Amino acid sequence: MPASDFSLDAVSVLLVWTAIAIYALAFIAYAVDLARRSDLALQHKDAAATDAARARELVGAAASGAVGGARVGSDGSAVSRVRAEEDAAAIDLEARPSARKRYVWARIGTSLTVLGFLFHVAADITRGIAAGRVPWSNMYEFALTGTMLIVAVYLVVLLRYDLRFLGTFITGLVTVLLGATAIWFYTIVVPLSDPLKSVWLVIHVFVASLATALFALAFALSVLQLLQARRERLAIAADAVAAEERDAEASVVAETPANPVRTGPRFLRTLPSADALESLAYRFAIMGFMFWSFTLIAGAIWANDAWNRYWGFDTKEVWTFVIWVLYAGYIHARATRGWRGTRSAWLSIIGFSAVMFNFTIVNMFFKGLHVYSGLN
Amino acid sequence: MSNSLSDPLRPSDHADGVERIAQPRLGLVGWLRWGWRQLTSMRTALVLLLLLAIAAIPGSIVPQRTADPNGVTQYRTNNPDLYPILDHLQLFDVYSSAWFSAIYILLFISLIGCVIPRTTHHFKALRARPPRTPARLSRLDDYTEAVRVVPAGEDAEAAASRAVDLAQAQLRKAGYRVERYDAPATGTRPAVASVSAERGYARETGNLVFHGALVGVLIAVGVGGGLTYTGQTVIVEGDSFVNSLGLGYTSFNPGRFVDTESLSPYSLTLDSFDVSYVPVGEAGQGMAGDFAANLTTRQPGQDAKQQTVRVNHPVDMAGDRVYLMGNGYAPTITVRNPAGDVVFREDVEFLPQDTNMTSLGVVKVPDGLAQQVGLVGFFYPTAATLHSGAFTSAYPALANPLLTVDVYVGDLGIDDGTPRNVYALDTSGMTQLTGRSIGVDSLKLEPGQTVDLPDGLGTITFDDNTATGGAETVKRYVSLSIHRDVGAPFVLLFAVIALLGLLAALFVPRRRLWVKAVPTGDGAVAIEYAGLARGEDPALGVAVADLQRTHGQALDAEGWPTGASAGASSAASAGASTARTDPTASAPVRATDDTHTPA
Ligand code: HEM
Repeated sequence: MPASDFSLDAVSVLLVWTAIAIYALAFIAYAVDLARRSDLALQHKDAAATDAARARELVGAAASGAVGGARVGSDGSAVSRVRAEEDAAAIDLEARPSARKRYVWARIGTSLTVLGFLFHVAADITRGIAAGRVPWSNMYEFALTGTMLIVAVYLVVLLRYDLRFLGTFITGLVTVLLGATAIWFYTIVVPLSDPLKSVWLVIHVFVASLATALFALAFALSVLQLLQARRERLAIAADAVAAEERDAEASVVAETPANPVRTGPRFLRTLPSADALESLAYRFAIMGFMFWSFTLIAGAIWANDAWNRYWGFDTKEVWTFVIWVLYAGYIHARATRGWRGTRSAWLSIIGFSAVMFNFTIVNMFFKGLHVYSGLN
Repeated sequence: MSNSLSDPLRPSDHADGVERIAQPRLGLVGWLRWGWRQLTSMRTALVLLLLLAIAAIPGSIVPQRTADPNGVTQYRTNNPDLYPILDHLQLFDVYSSAWFSAIYILLFISLIGCVIPRTTHHFKALRARPPRTPARLSRLDDYTEAVRVVPAGEDAEAAASRAVDLAQAQLRKAGYRVERYDAPATGTRPAVASVSAERGYARETGNLVFHGALVGVLIAVGVGGGLTYTGQTVIVEGDSFVNSLGLGYTSFNPGRFVDTESLSPYSLTLDSFDVSYVPVGEAGQGMAGDFAANLTTRQPGQDAKQQTVRVNHPVDMAGDRVYLMGNGYAPTITVRNPAGDVVFREDVEFLPQDTNMTSLGVVKVPDGLAQQVGLVGFFYPTAATLHSGAFTSAYPALANPLLTVDVYVGDLGIDDGTPRNVYALDTSGMTQLTGRSIGVDSLKLEPGQTVDLPDGLGTITFDDNTATGGAETVKRYVSLSIHRDVGAPFVLLFAVIALLGLLAALFVPRRRLWVKAVPTGDGAVAIEYAGLARGEDPALGVAVADLQRTHGQALDAEGWPTGASAGASSAASAGASTARTDPTASAPVRATDDTHTPA
């Protein structure tokens, strides 16, 4: 092969596409897992129910009181079934990797995600070497590195929490973003423009990507929190209806129907309670918020060197500020009576939507000083 | 207990707070107090935060006067009907608009009103003792207990006290503030030894520091803005700039409190300007970079210095920062009358129009020729011909420099003293003599060439800069921005303080732990361990379990019989523990607000 035909950047592109393909497969595996894990969970159900009953016994009265005191004993009501499932899932969530449920398809999904990640890292590094600098200096490269960090954070968090139920979301998001990146954002390697020659490029952009990855996890958990809260509400409503019916025909011995309650996607059975999901989402969101605050300050320091002022409400600055304020609002909402729970979850969702908007639409279509997308 | 002094004081609608029903008492004071409580509530802060986020968005969609004045002008031209409406709504000045200001001012009033009472409360809390040990620890979220046999020959009551001493020492070492609450035996109750421990005051301190530092940021921005000035200047190679309002600046925007008479009198001379271009045939061909303005700087009482201004690397001059903002070519143009006398000679700054430095410049010759003459010139550093016959520049460096000139005669419109943009020619009162648009070839000059102006007006020369010792055939110029911002370091300082405060506020767990030892009456001591989170504390269960474990080990080391060797007859299997915070069981515990109250 003549030397001129071979370029490291071409290798990088090939690696990117390989990673995309593997992530797509991982997505499929995780999706199959979600579809099947509720059946598996049913098989474990008896065991789980016993576990949970034991857990509740131990926890005793302390566990009641939340969610309007809706927790009832194992009396066969829809709510108590939901609670039992949630309690079992809460234990699974914190299980050490060796002690986790053997969801085969989730395992395949995670293995594929790790493999895709290795290709992804290789793609990023070869691009960096080809460019002779950090590979996050234009839209194509930010997206390449940013999506890599999303996967990295997900994989690191997996060591601590069994969040494989977020696998479809993470691999789906990354497949779509990386695919769009490879198709629409690809730009050849050109030298850096002068304003980008700064250590702040290395710090500011990297930390922003890290924050984005944490916000993504918080977002996904907040969405699940909403679904789970809905499921809890529906179960309570179903019980109320059942109780009314029982009252109506008091003479007849009422049977609680085995499985009549429709409460949303079945995989929710394998997830912890909305409360548990919320406090996990909050943990990721506050870490993301720290990094985002740092990004904001680092950006201002850089702007003070490059553009003669630390803050000028340039479009990108505006959006960084808006996102920061939205998450400050989210954190406040969590501490405000009447806002904890569903309402604050919506703020987390809106916050991450703003992050994605900032990254895509603002970079591509809004006019401003941050003209570093490298796109025309 | 939620109102005990060592608890942080929170607005009454805080999720962890106690709901107070706030009925305004009739009368002005009552209403004012009620209004103030509303303004300083969590809900108001939240709503104002969300409003602030929403209100900031329009400024990223509509061009802003401060960030993009040309965009505003453009908008006016494109949307003549919409423009006055938006302007009326201050949408071109969102961030200084009345409505945006109202939101953040209210937010900060709310913040100050919220933070001050909390700060005074926290100061007292910092000196308060950890709260009394609740009577029934087992009611708390995280609780474990162990029954230990007392070492042979020891009094159970004394042993219980010593066990708590050990726990107290351990807790103090782990950074807890500790307080003993021992109660002697009474007729109905055995003696109780207990230690109450609290840590994480830094969480509330961090929260207050964070909110306080935000006020600091706002004040530094506000006051700093009044003391800030920004000016623009242009210097051609070989020329100098003097930092004085009348002399050097092409534009100058002082803040309200700036004394424009007492600018520091330094000067800058542009010795040369460096730039590198990506060579033809390489990726990014023609891309310019490594801009460097090499200056000789002089300050009164100091030796002249050679300094270089680059992008991202401004130069400090007596507290001002000098930034490199742009650059271009400044061809030297000489106009002579028919007699050969020089009537105009200047380095004319041409404004770049594209990345290959096709540049546009204007010359006005009001006096010395038969008529007033205006010249509109295009400069091509590397001239190339398009299919249409028009010129363009193919590369930004001086490979094939060419100047074309369109000549206008008539009224320049500058006699009445109205200020005119030096970079634009108002041709409304003038007649065009050369140019493609009227079918007459523009004048074309290479460096060193002289050609005749039409109608025998005289001659024009494009001087070759190398003839007078220059490095290149055409001079370059730089545009510099000179900025003074005394507030900026304070803004940074407060921002960093805020960040550190936030770190503590979000990640320092605030919790209470209690260890209580009660003789069981049969040669053993029941030891209880309990924890209570104040705010978000995912690791509380682990902390209680750890405390129990390390305390158990300490007792072992002190010679307390271990579980295996204890042959006690006590009902409780000595040394064993019922771990309520067994990690597998702790997960479903939900945060509850009403379990803290000691019975
Ligand atoms: C510029 C406006 C504000 C911003 C950006 C802001 C931001 C934040 C952030 C990021 C936190 C989380 C960190 C921590 O717990 O310390 C927080 C917490 C808190 N803020 Fe604010 N805040 C603002 C205004 C206010 C106001 C006006 C109040 C009073 C009503 C307030 C009361 C609180 C309280 C009580 C907490 C603790 C919440 C908890 O218990 O978790 N904040 N704020």
